[in-house]
Amino acid sequence: MDVTFQFDWQAAIASIPYLLEGIPWTLLISFGGLAIGFVIGIIFGLARISPTALLRWPAIAYIEIFRGTPVLVQVLFIFYGLPQLLGGPINALTAGIAAIALNAGAYISEIVRGGVQSIEKGQREAGLSLGLSRTQAFRYIIWPQALRRMIPALGNQGIVSIKDTSLFSVIGVGELVRQGQVYIATTFTALEVYFMVALMYLAITLSLSLALRLLERRGLVGQ
Amino acid sequence: MNDKNTPMVRLKKVNKHFGKLHVMRDIDLEVTPGEVVVIVGASGSGKSTLIRCVNGLEEFQSGRIEVDGNELLPDGKSGKSLQAVRTEVGMVFQQFNLFPHLSVRDNVTLAPMKVRGWPREKALETAHRLLERVGIQDQADKYPSQLSGGQQQRVALARALAMEPRLMLFDEPTSALDPEMIGEVLDAMRELAKEGMTMMIVTHEMGFAREVADRVIFVHDGQIVEEGPPQEVLDNPQQERTRSFLSRVLKH
Repeated sequence: MDVTFQFDWQAAIASIPYLLEGIPWTLLISFGGLAIGFVIGIIFGLARISPTALLRWPAIAYIEIFRGTPVLVQVLFIFYGLPQLLGGPINALTAGIAAIALNAGAYISEIVRGGVQSIEKGQREAGLSLGLSRTQAFRYIIWPQALRRMIPALGNQGIVSIKDTSLFSVIGVGELVRQGQVYIATTFTALEVYFMVALMYLAITLSLSLALRLLERRGLVGQ
Repeated sequence: MNDKNTPMVRLKKVNKHFGKLHVMRDIDLEVTPGEVVVIVGASGSGKSTLIRCVNGLEEFQSGRIEVDGNELLPDGKSGKSLQAVRTEVGMVFQQFNLFPHLSVRDNVTLAPMKVRGWPREKALETAHRLLERVGIQDQADKYPSQLSGGQQQRVALARALAMEPRLMLFDEPTSALDPEMIGEVLDAMRELAKEGMTMMIVTHEMGFAREVADRVIFVHDGQIVEEGPPQEVLDNPQQERTRSFLSRVLKH
């Protein structure tokens, strides 16, 4: 009996149209979650370095909780746990976006904190000495410089979060992995399909890396 | 508004502590409009802290500071008058502190537009005039990192002057410069002094102090030990501590 398994390219290619249907969902959860996570990150990152303890402590608590627990547990909690509290179901897509937003938001808070704290004290002093208010000094001087320094770390977080969405197949969102699983259930071509799934993740993350590299190069002007 | 008789800056019994360190002890000082005051002293003597208190970059714990009629209060409780002081007082730093993400032109126009609310054309016109005056009109499109240290410091001077300050503070403006660039920055400061700008300068350039200062102040351990015209303080000091400091500095 011949047990040698051949990689069946035709089976791989045949799965593409079906897998492609998952990509919009993967992108929507990733970038939707990251966009909200970025806003959360700015707010909590700045609260984290506030001189006011009343702002600082909730930020620390949030960051530690969402950095210290697995994103899979977070999404299960939101999708299966929260409905018991709220008394109504939560849509799987919403749960996925919320989990990425909260999880990435915690990491981005730390990126924002590091970026802002990396700007030399003299920059703020120069701004204040010119009569700028503290808000103006932050907005026109500190933030633009901090944002540039944050780009590589933000890119990293983006890639991590895109890959994290693969876990959300467990709540039944029709993202890439879920599409693959469903397809394999009828064709039994696990090798070919998971290979294609991996390629598609790679295509997404490589595009992001490339885009960020271009952005970084542009941002380097004037540094 | 100020006439020649009311001081531009007045410090009365100002005390400042960094934790247990008593860095300013009962400092009394008045600077009249148009006067150029050079502050000398060893590092750690409190001379930089003194001028940084004048525009509120450092807080003090007791005493009073008045700048052009605005009063700064102890423990950072100055409120609105702090903003008023900073708008009227320019500062040049040892490390230049130019904004690296902005072009030379934008470095100079930012504060006049955002703080004074000048229209862009007026800010640009002023920036152009000031950059020309400090000899960097051709570099307006460049970024700070593309300039030499001396050029950067002259841009920093133009940036401060763009706010049309009534008082200029200099915190060791040439200490971070290569020796061959010190002259160009001192020249620009000399010119400013000639035009009648009120200036408080912390520096180790004794030759410059002798030439430009109306008054030299020697600070030691947070106290003003000796003050007077440069010929007196630098050439004929009365205090032993001044003599020993000068003998160490002038040897080089």
